[in-house]
Amino acid sequence: MLELALKGTKKYWGLLAVLGGIAGVAFLVYLYQLQFGLGITGLSRDVSWGFYIAQFTFLVGVAAGGVMVVLPYYLHDYKAFGRITIMGEFLAVAALVMCLLFIMVDLGQPMRMLNVIFYPTPNSMLFYDMIVLNGYLFLNIVVGWNVLEAERNGTHYQPWLKPLIYLSIPWAVSIHTVTAYLYCGLPGRGFWLTAILAPRFLASAFAAGPALLILLCLIVRRFTRFDPGREQIQSLAKIVTYAIIANVFFFLCEVFVAGYSQIPEHTDHLKYLFFGLHGKGVLVPWMWTSMGLMFGAIILLVVPATRRHEGVLAVSCAMVFVGAWIDKGLGLISGGFVPNPLHEVNEYLPTGPEVTIALGVWAVGFLVLTILYKIAVSVKEDNAGVLRTRVIKG
Amino acid sequence: MERSRREFLKIAGASAAIGLGAGQVMEAVAAATNHQAAPEAQVAHQPEALKATRWGMVVDTRKIESAEQIEKMVEACHKEHNVPMLEEERHRIKWIWETHFHNAFPSQATDRVSEHLEHILLPVMCNHCENPPCVRACPTKATFKRESDGIVMMDFHRCIGCRFCMAACPYGSRSFNFRDPKPFIPEINKAYPTRMKGVVEKCNFCVERLAVGKLPACVEVSDGILTFGDLNDPESEVSKLLKENYAIRRKTNLGTGPSVYYIV
Repeated sequence: MLELALKGTKKYWGLLAVLGGIAGVAFLVYLYQLQFGLGITGLSRDVSWGFYIAQFTFLVGVAAGGVMVVLPYYLHDYKAFGRITIMGEFLAVAALVMCLLFIMVDLGQPMRMLNVIFYPTPNSMLFYDMIVLNGYLFLNIVVGWNVLEAERNGTHYQPWLKPLIYLSIPWAVSIHTVTAYLYCGLPGRGFWLTAILAPRFLASAFAAGPALLILLCLIVRRFTRFDPGREQIQSLAKIVTYAIIANVFFFLCEVFVAGYSQIPEHTDHLKYLFFGLHGKGVLVPWMWTSMGLMFGAIILLVVPATRRHEGVLAVSCAMVFVGAWIDKGLGLISGGFVPNPLHEVNEYLPTGPEVTIALGVWAVGFLVLTILYKIAVSVKEDNAGVLRTRVIKG
Repeated sequence: MERSRREFLKIAGASAAIGLGAGQVMEAVAAATNHQAAPEAQVAHQPEALKATRWGMVVDTRKIESAEQIEKMVEACHKEHNVPMLEEERHRIKWIWETHFHNAFPSQATDRVSEHLEHILLPVMCNHCENPPCVRACPTKATFKRESDGIVMMDFHRCIGCRFCMAACPYGSRSFNFRDPKPFIPEINKAYPTRMKGVVEKCNFCVERLAVGKLPACVEVSDGILTFGDLNDPESEVSKLLKENYAIRRKTNLGTGPSVYYIV
């Protein structure tokens, strides 16, 4: 099937060239980081994780979000999603590629990465994160590829895939749960030390992932001869609606617990993010923007007229995606580290090289996504044609 | 089967001898044998090594008079351990440093601290916790608690630089080498290794000095502010101090069990 990725329009190759170019530039900057060290980033001894790990966290969510098309189709036999499960699976693959790259660029000694396998340490959550992320990547490649190939050949997929498909559903939940456990089990970080962190992660994942999927469906429909379908998009929109409401609800639960108990270790981080602390608050406008986007999106998604209008829906989905990205990709990590354990406020802002490297990883992810979607869409487009040829040959 | 294997070994041995030269083979064998006598085993045999079942430190804040006293400790420690002097604030490496009471004890500080405590700076460092969250978080066992004496140690050569331990430490006691530290070390102490960029480091209770019978560098220059000893030995100086005085530890509510006590 790979050959399908090699035949494309000028636009397709142009997109690949642009993404490849961004990735290439970012790779050069990464070589500089490799040579100098992580000092080229805005990280410090107080905010020791930043933009890279935040992108990683957000993208684990996008990867897990793909399950929202797989689950209804395979568990509830919701046939409409059969048309787009492959898009969910391939989106998960691309997102996981980015996750793994973000972890790699964040390591101080990436050449020693395999030490995690040479000295397996089951008491470290990172050990499990490695297992679930790689496992989920493997599952989505195997399932997505084989089901698509069966579709291309006009046959039913092999029976041995079925258990893997079922396994991939709880596995999707596990990747974001374990990622939340990286943070919420740390004793001194009040902002993360909350049992609702994993559910909150999942809610934002099931909002941001399907929201991106809707946007991708609209793009695919616009630029190819394959239409993912109006019903499919509308069903996804309902999933996004419930999930973003759950996400905001969970967040408000956090705000209540911190705000009403008024325990400084918990309130200080929220205060820093939304109002600033000790006169410092670079993230304040971002956090309010995020809240505005999420609340605005809820209104547009709940009202049936605006949800059914695909133009407005696209805007709502972009709002959900950006809102969730700010929340997780900017606020969550910095917010947990500021104030620091000694209650000093040392802020963090990513540097230019850091943002460039992050952009490069996103470019690689979208490069993978473009190629995979090209293959999937070509199969879907050609299906009718192939069948016709077979009939003539027969 | 057995015979052919023996033959293979003979041939392999012969070709190795030809290829490397017998002398080199002997050297390699000797090196391998030496290697087996691991450094730790040698340390254990040092007759003058200081030993304990749980090392601990008591900081007598009543004896602190000036910031210079703490700076002396910092200087001694950082000189001993080749800690670089970095310009950029956010890249700084700190094994031991000075801070205010309300920073060292953010949840215990009240609005009415004794005048003495309010005006002095306290030394803070790794607490060598009984139940260290950093050790729990490390995915490669690069940081570990030495069971024999409770010191939380680092293997700089195994650390992958994921900085999970830094997020896990509730005391901010860990530093990361954001760049190559070597050019910023004023005077290299050959008795202790330098680090490379991309790894985490922190106070090690001067394991390398304890192994040769010396007290930690900071304790030696502390004018009696710091006392170091075995917390499990009721006759030790630290135990006596803690029996006679009220002492607090940092963030005990987190269940980490710090081994550094502050007499207030």
